[in-house]
Amino acid sequence: MVTVEFLGPIQKQPLRLEITNLNQLAPILQQDEELAQWLGNSAVAVNDTLVSSLDTQLKSGDKVSLLPPVCGG
Amino acid sequence: MLYLYEGSLDVPTILKEWYEAEATSNYGAFVPFVGTVRDEEGIEGLSFDIYEPILNSWFEAWAQKAKERGAIIKMAHSRGDVMNHESSYIAAVFSPKRRVALEFIEEFVEDFKASAPIWKYDLIGGKRVYALGRSTAMQGSGILGVKG
Repeated sequence: MVTVEFLGPIQKQPLRLEITNLNQLAPILQQDEELAQWLGNSAVAVNDTLVSSLDTQLKSGDKVSLLPPVCGG
Repeated sequence: MLYLYEGSLDVPTILKEWYEAEATSNYGAFVPFVGTVRDEEGIEGLSFDIYEPILNSWFEAWAQKAKERGAIIKMAHSRGDVMNHESSYIAAVFSPKRRVALEFIEEFVEDFKASAPIWKYDLIGGKRVYALGRSTAMQGSGILGVKG
């Protein structure tokens, strides 16, 4: 089971999904209307490391995080 | 060193502590940057969320870069609400000579704006309104939005 969490202003509870890579996650999240405004501008981290490819493999216990646009300071 | 605080920063105290901690470390330059919330667009203040695990690794990479140049970097940031005319951010570089500190503080603050996992909200009528228009998508953003 992989946990998907949504950070900052994305007001959504974590999901727990049976998936083995990010390619499988994309269509699941794309069906969620609440996320429509966020998928195109959010970065993705797996176990707190940013990733740049949907081919990133996932195993049970992994955590995927979505990070929307940032503005510190 | 990275320091996170609830609410606004006590700027004089933090700067004094940082200055005194390095007073005999033989750094010739100390360049602080202080960010203060401005009264504009009718806001009462700003509010911040922080994701610490990635902030910590991002900061560690910059601390290592500073070390390679013989410098050190310190940063303080607020989480939660910071009202107008209060401060939410301090960064400071200590280096043996001025040029490294002056260049490094600019590089650091620019990358901080683009890469540090911190989310800003305007406080309007006591409510938090996400400052999307002033925010920057992090490097690599959007991969989950690409239709297969």
